[in-house]
Amino acid sequence: MTQIIFYIFGSILLLSATLVVVIKNPIHAALFLVLSFFSSAAIWLLLNAEFLAIALVLVYVGAVMVLFLFVVMMLDINISTLREGFARYFPLGIIIALFMMVAMSLVVGSDYFLSDIYTQANISSTQSNTKLLGLTIYQDYLYHFEIAGVILLVAIIAAISLSMNKTKITKSTHPDEQVLAKKNDRLRIVKMNSEEKES
Amino acid sequence: MNKRVNKIKHYINSLFLFELIKGLYLTGRHLFKRKLTVQYPEEKTPQSNRFRGLHALRRYPNGEERCIACKLCEAVCPATAITIESEQREDGSRRTTRYDIDLTKCIFCGFCEESCPVDSIVETRIFEYHGEERGDLLLTKSQLLEIGDKFEEQIAVDRQEDAKFR
Amino acid sequence: MLETIYHIISQYILLPLTIAIFPLDYQTEVMLFLQTMIKILAIIIPVLITVAYFTYAERKVIGFIQGRIGPNRVGLFGFRLWGLGQPIADAVKLIAKEIIIPINANRSLFIIAPILSLAPALAAWAVIPFDDTKVLADINAGLLYVLALTSLAVYGVIIAGWASNSKYAFLGAMRSAAQIVAYEIAMGFALVGVLIAAGSLNLGEIVNAQSGSAIHWFWLPLLPLFVIYFISGVAETNRAPFDVAEGESEIVAGFHVEYSGMAFSVFFMAEYANMILIAVLSALLFFGGWLSPFQGIIFLEEFFSWVPGMFWLLAKTSIFMFLFLWFRATFPRYRYDQIMRLGWKVFIPITIVWIVIVSILVIINLPPWFN
Repeated sequence: MTQIIFYIFGSILLLSATLVVVIKNPIHAALFLVLSFFSSAAIWLLLNAEFLAIALVLVYVGAVMVLFLFVVMMLDINISTLREGFARYFPLGIIIALFMMVAMSLVVGSDYFLSDIYTQANISSTQSNTKLLGLTIYQDYLYHFEIAGVILLVAIIAAISLSMNKTKITKSTHPDEQVLAKKNDRLRIVKMNSEEKES
Repeated sequence: MNKRVNKIKHYINSLFLFELIKGLYLTGRHLFKRKLTVQYPEEKTPQSNRFRGLHALRRYPNGEERCIACKLCEAVCPATAITIESEQREDGSRRTTRYDIDLTKCIFCGFCEESCPVDSIVETRIFEYHGEERGDLLLTKSQLLEIGDKFEEQIAVDRQEDAKFR
Repeated sequence: MLETIYHIISQYILLPLTIAIFPLDYQTEVMLFLQTMIKILAIIIPVLITVAYFTYAERKVIGFIQGRIGPNRVGLFGFRLWGLGQPIADAVKLIAKEIIIPINANRSLFIIAPILSLAPALAAWAVIPFDDTKVLADINAGLLYVLALTSLAVYGVIIAGWASNSKYAFLGAMRSAAQIVAYEIAMGFALVGVLIAAGSLNLGEIVNAQSGSAIHWFWLPLLPLFVIYFISGVAETNRAPFDVAEGESEIVAGFHVEYSGMAFSVFFMAEYANMILIAVLSALLFFGGWLSPFQGIIFLEEFFSWVPGMFWLLAKTSIFMFLFLWFRATFPRYRYDQIMRLGWKVFIPITIVWIVIVSILVIINLPPWFN
């Protein structure tokens, strides 16, 4: 049963990953990327890695790809101009692909993944996967995690300061000031006697 | 200083959602109030005797049609919905040969009724009529007279009630 | 009662069928599959019926608040029954209507979009516990699963807006996507507060962590988070007062301008299913789920002990569902920049502050919640 499900999701993953590269329409490519994320999350679920699987969906599908789609949809992409450079960049692409293949085969082929800690027996199904991950991150690797967090924070601040325009040329509304506006600030009701009628 | 106090007041107010709760309280009260809907085919709202509905041409009690083809209504009609043609009848009186009202043009302003010197063209209380084709809403003279004959009693009562204000 | 029905179906209908049709080797798998299907149907069908009658309730409630009486003509079997046949008539009308696909639309995506918006709304129900035992998939990361699936709802909207090849639809999709992404974060932080308080991601354990009495529920220590969660829920489902994604006065109907017939109604169903989901989650996470509100009160607890836990869950859910309608009838639509300001500059800071406070409360084991 598990094998059938694995093969179904595995073939969906392969097919959609191929289509991401091959297909012409960039929006379709992005959506197939979403599909491949999904099927890899399903395969992780089969390995009892539920936290990782759901985090993949939450982070990549729910947030990253949405922003990706945003950008791709806003761009007016002309496919014919994209095709022009194909022949010129083809050798470079081949070299990068070969490099990646060598790197991946080194990682997968090494017996690093064959060590005992990754066997099924070691991952106890009684204890929640999330808890184990949490303990690992927040106890064993706390400082690494904190440093990673600080680096991300720096990146966020850098991005904001780059995009902040100090000399304001554009006119924009200030909703926080607008909601504070009271009737009394702008309106003054003056009591006046009506004018005497000229006789 | 006063501005700062206002700001703090505003933040406390908005943080505790006071105004939103006030709004919810108001609409919540209306949930239990009496409902004002008139359930149309079973219940109807009262009509005034000046109600301006479907048109009708009236007759005198002796059966003679009132319209004398003066064409005042045609002239006053702001939507030019009325078309009149007239001819001399055998007895020498002027009568209409054609009196059409296009209900798709009519705006039911009641000017025709106001202008009529002989109270011939009137607007009745009928408002539940329909046409299945566009032509059905073009009333001819005979149709108008028929409507007048059918509802003469009601029309006469309504005119009588309104007479003292004219 | 539900258990007996399920038992009868699985023992006397499914079991003989499987034995008769399938070879011996696969019978346990097939049986498991069929039982799961029955459970899924037992959740999905009531949810869809609730969606249908939620539209009816919406028209009634808003009508009542506005001094009208709402739909009351379409009845069942020749009786009027206060218009209870209205949703069925609406469904029949929408099914019979033509689905118009614009010539320049992206055909495949145009058709997929409504399905993509309804599917996550229904799939999230898999981890919702209706009772101590009644839950389809009792997974450990239930809360995360719900969060992941609600974040998927935005795809249907974006794809619909883009595939329609219409400016209004695209603007609506952009608005809705930005809004959902913004409020997703506030919502996530509110849920982080819940999981800190409960010490678990499993929805059943979260509810059990609240047992004791109505004061033990999380709404009191997590009150700001609850308010933010619910308001974010309203924003996430694109409901009034946050319904700028379909603001009729500005962009006609937003992302679903080009949709008609059943394709439109699938979007409609997704919106309402999401509302019900948010209502159920608020009841589960902050208001003790299936726990009786009279727990811990000497006399009343015994008096109401015969009431099934599911009833309490549904009662709490209906209160939150009513709140959605009440909000719609009360508040005027927010301006778009104010929605963004509320999400990013008000809700997210408050949630972060309150998460810190909750963590402190948990560490000092504040009774009666965290001891």
